[in-house]
Amino acid sequence: MNKAETSFKKLMSHRLFWPLVCLVVVLLFNLIKTPAFFKITINNGVLYGYLIDVLNRSSELIILAVGMTLVVASSGGTDISVGAVSALAGAVCVFSLGTGAAYNMPYGLGLLLGVFAGVVCGAWNGFLVAKMKIQPMVATLILFTAGRGIAQLITGGNILYVKVDSFKRLGAFLPGVPLPTPIFVAAAVVIITLLILRKTALGLYIQTVGINSKAGKLVGLNATLIQFLTYAFCGLCAGIAGLIITSRIYSIDANNAGLNIELDAILAVALGGNSLGGGKFSIAGSIIGAITIQALTTSLYAMKVTADQLPVYKAIVVIIIVALQSPELKRMFKALKLKINKTSEGEKVTA
Amino acid sequence: MISKLKSKLEGNNFLLVITILLFIALYVAGMIVFSDKNFAKPQVFFNLFVNNAGLIIAAAGMTMVLITGGIDISIGSVIGMTCMLLAWMMEKQSMSAGLSIVIVLIVGCVFGLVQGFFVAYLKIQPFIVTLAGMFFARGMTAIISSDMISITNQSFLAIANAKLYLPFLGTVNKKGVMVYPYVYPSVIIAIVVLVIVFIVMKYTAFGRSIYAVGGNEQSALLMGLNVRRTKLKVYILNGFLAALAGFAFCLNSCGGFVEQARGFEMDAIASAVIGGTLLTGGVGNVIGSLFGVLIKGTIESLITFQGTLSSWWTKIAIAALLCFFIILQSLFTAFKNKKIKK
Amino acid sequence: MNIKEKKEVLTMRNISKNFPGVKALADVDFTLREGEIHALMGENGAGKSTLIKVLTGVEEFETGEIRLAGTEGVIINKSPQEAQENGISTVYQEVNLCPNLTVAENIFIGRAPRKCGGIDWGTMNGRAKEMLKALNIELDVTKALENYSVAIQQMVAIARAIDISAKVLILDEPTASLDEQEVKKLFNVMNQLKAKGIGIIFVTHFLEQVYEVCDRITVLRNGALVGEYKVEELPRVQLVAKMMGKDFDDLASIKKLAEESAKKEHKEVFIEAQALGCHGKINPFDLTIRKGEVIGLSGLLGSGRSELARTLYAADKADQGKLKIKGVNSHMAAPIDAMKRGMAFCPENRKDEGIIADLSVRENIIIALQAKRGLFKLLSDKEQEKFADEYIKVLQIKTASQDTPIKQLSGGNQQKVILARWLLTHPEFLILDEPTRGIDVGTKTEIQKLVVKLAEEGMSVMFISSEIEEMLRTCSRMAILRDGSKVGELDEHELSQENVMKAIAGGDR
Repeated sequence: MNKAETSFKKLMSHRLFWPLVCLVVVLLFNLIKTPAFFKITINNGVLYGYLIDVLNRSSELIILAVGMTLVVASSGGTDISVGAVSALAGAVCVFSLGTGAAYNMPYGLGLLLGVFAGVVCGAWNGFLVAKMKIQPMVATLILFTAGRGIAQLITGGNILYVKVDSFKRLGAFLPGVPLPTPIFVAAAVVIITLLILRKTALGLYIQTVGINSKAGKLVGLNATLIQFLTYAFCGLCAGIAGLIITSRIYSIDANNAGLNIELDAILAVALGGNSLGGGKFSIAGSIIGAITIQALTTSLYAMKVTADQLPVYKAIVVIIIVALQSPELKRMFKALKLKINKTSEGEKVTA
Repeated sequence: MISKLKSKLEGNNFLLVITILLFIALYVAGMIVFSDKNFAKPQVFFNLFVNNAGLIIAAAGMTMVLITGGIDISIGSVIGMTCMLLAWMMEKQSMSAGLSIVIVLIVGCVFGLVQGFFVAYLKIQPFIVTLAGMFFARGMTAIISSDMISITNQSFLAIANAKLYLPFLGTVNKKGVMVYPYVYPSVIIAIVVLVIVFIVMKYTAFGRSIYAVGGNEQSALLMGLNVRRTKLKVYILNGFLAALAGFAFCLNSCGGFVEQARGFEMDAIASAVIGGTLLTGGVGNVIGSLFGVLIKGTIESLITFQGTLSSWWTKIAIAALLCFFIILQSLFTAFKNKKIKK
Repeated sequence: MNIKEKKEVLTMRNISKNFPGVKALADVDFTLREGEIHALMGENGAGKSTLIKVLTGVEEFETGEIRLAGTEGVIINKSPQEAQENGISTVYQEVNLCPNLTVAENIFIGRAPRKCGGIDWGTMNGRAKEMLKALNIELDVTKALENYSVAIQQMVAIARAIDISAKVLILDEPTASLDEQEVKKLFNVMNQLKAKGIGIIFVTHFLEQVYEVCDRITVLRNGALVGEYKVEELPRVQLVAKMMGKDFDDLASIKKLAEESAKKEHKEVFIEAQALGCHGKINPFDLTIRKGEVIGLSGLLGSGRSELARTLYAADKADQGKLKIKGVNSHMAAPIDAMKRGMAFCPENRKDEGIIADLSVRENIIIALQAKRGLFKLLSDKEQEKFADEYIKVLQIKTASQDTPIKQLSGGNQQKVILARWLLTHPEFLILDEPTRGIDVGTKTEIQKLVVKLAEEGMSVMFISSEIEEMLRTCSRMAILRDGSKVGELDEHELSQENVMKAIAGGDR
């Protein structure tokens, strides 16, 4: 009895409580506006429906948000290059697999090369941030600018199409599997990351360095290495996301692949209740944030809002959420309340 | 004389001097390599301004924001929104060009005011606030119209296409006629903005308090400056300049469409960084940012003149330069800190 | 001289101020007279900075009153600006100016002379030049402040301060980062201002300087006034005694324990430093520490005691000399190397370098052990809980649960968590830098007892504290530091209050 009560209280104060509420609000909104949102049908042995779509479409965002979460936690800064790095990874992969009727090299190797390109980019960012002590945003601005340029250099400025059918599988369906592949990839990334964080001390180290790097050094942690690793990992995630994006349209458009997705990834981290100032983090929160963003997007589409008008609603949601979290706003309200009380008291006295 | 020059070269001017030298080097290299293609013609130089008038204005505003230690990534979207709004008001609402321009400038100010309030008074990270601003402005652009609107308003086009010939630097063309280089009104706006911002930053109490806030916010507060109001004013001014940049941009494009000026904010930030502005705040000036823009413009023209190099080399070259400057700044700051400690 | 006849410019009476759980100031009186340089002395936590903050409006105070000559009635400063308007200016230890602005601007910002709506640079530069000339400094006022040494920056801050108001000038440890020449220059300026009738409050840790330039001394200890003295009537040794306190409490028993442990034969040498040093922090020193002894580092704040400890622990990397651990030459690049060799370090600044504020008590306890074990050998939840439970019990840490964020604990309990963190690594050599600062008396005693007990069990402990009593109770040997150098050692039979104070003060003067 008592236990149940305390566990409910625990739930309320849980850091994932509010992000989850956000998601539920978005879904409830749909329940009223577009009841069809929750319908799932089977067509050709494959599951269809808005919910599946939300999960499917949010896959790459989830993957990026996982990497971004760790970067934010360890350095208190954001990696704005992930979109460009995704495009670069996709370009490397497509370029190495070739655009002929058959692959130039084993499919797996092509994927590996793409992911490797992502890791190299992440390592470069990590070097600038952790070793050179350059502000994360400035450091990642370099690849933000260059990433797509290099990708175009690789593709020769063309949109390259992969003609081998199996290339589509990563972004669509595996034969005989009713769920889209990206969901599995995202799940794998999340599970592996969580395993690493749970089974090694890395999660604790990242938080320690992010909260108080001086104390971290004194208890024997190598803050530079830990920050570097998070950036390299973020690059890895960007690489994987890039492959999914590429496979979805079985082609690479270096100019538009993953455009502005870095902003959504940062947003997912913030919506997940993670402080952009670094320190304590929750991967689960960022995942919820990513799904919330995609659910919002999909439901607005379902309400016939066009893609280019979408950002307005996103902006409003973002600003409400961050404003509610601002301690300054709370202080202002308190001061205002006090003032009103005082003046009303003063009126009473004079009256 | 030499000692005076030396003292000028010290400190943060050092970064500015490198930027200017780099620009001259790039330009002279272009004149030599492409001498057969008339790169040396004065018009090529003035085209740098013609093509980048909007960026010069936007970079001036961005420089101010960066000097306070903030950032504004919404300006690309604000420029896009401004162009669309101008086109929509003149074409769909048949409003006069003058009134439309005044309205977009006011909208820019209000936009800056709201963002500034969130940054300065609610103390929310500028990146997140202006990210929301970026989304909002881009979305609003689409809500105004998702189709491209071309401007046909006569008085607007008259301003846009007015060639202003300069009374000097004339060259004789193939037909033996003396041709003077020309610019468009957008260039005049950009130059005027640049001069005003330069004067404000250098000679007014407001300008100096911007530097003070960016240099050390705590000290500025202890010295009795109103830090919050200073920041708010900077964001308002930046909103205004973004709208003005949008106007200048629109004079070049004569129309509005949803994707217009996407990523413009990063060009402005990159120009400022190349021009010696530190994103940590307190250091930078608009002249540097001007040269940042000119360097970017020069790289673009060099690649155009070369003819066989593809456009993406621009991005790569700019990123390489950016990288060079960021590392230079980082080393420079480290060196300075060491010196001060001693 | 006839200082007594001089007019009082500033009178503070019965000032009290509480921080949660601590009495920061208790009925403190302070009087400043016209044309006087008045030293405000006391060890850390004595209440100096709180008194200054109360005076300059950074902190509110609860009871008491402040009066200023020339101002009717009682004044209360709500902000530094208001204090300035009332005639009280402060120059802080860290220069509070904008390094990116010019010298002249730093003097005038917020109140620059204007012309045609803009700043009148000519007039401003001219006046700045004059003002600095009056302080015997000639420099290019149009250059950015950051181009000048800290000393010059300090002078610029003073120029700004006295130009704004000229009644009371507070110099809060202005000499901490100055060299001898620069200090001389500063003293000249102070004497000039004194001659003009300005009252100067001078906060410093350097005894020499007090005797060189000050007229009077007010000593605070533990938030209470010890007394006000004329400089010539208070010899150095007595000043140190007054600052450090002689109040004996019921802890005499600990000392007996300490003596007993001291009697035991110290056998093995644990660590031996030979001419070890770190440039700009601590001059080369020799030091040998044996197993099972408690060595105290004594000296005033800023004497280099923390720096010595940090160099041993490789928190600051030594750039000269040799370090032998258990007879083996050791090169240590980072704290993890020291930890692997059996060392542990509780830093002086608990908030900035000790606690990891947002993490739980449990995580704060196990983090050092975890770092020592390495990335891949994660302590299981069960082990973590067991360790945390154990140490919460042993050290009697008062916390709601082991999952409570450490920032919610009181200072004393936070300190115990940090201690637990290090004890869990089973160190052979434990460095405690001011482990008892800012915590309640009960916890203080517990920590002192613990130190003695650990030494009895064979652990070497380095104990750093500003309280001499505490050191005498716990230490079996003491190294004395002054001005960044180790100047001597006192072994167990030389340990007495008088000897320690003499050594710190640098002689009998």
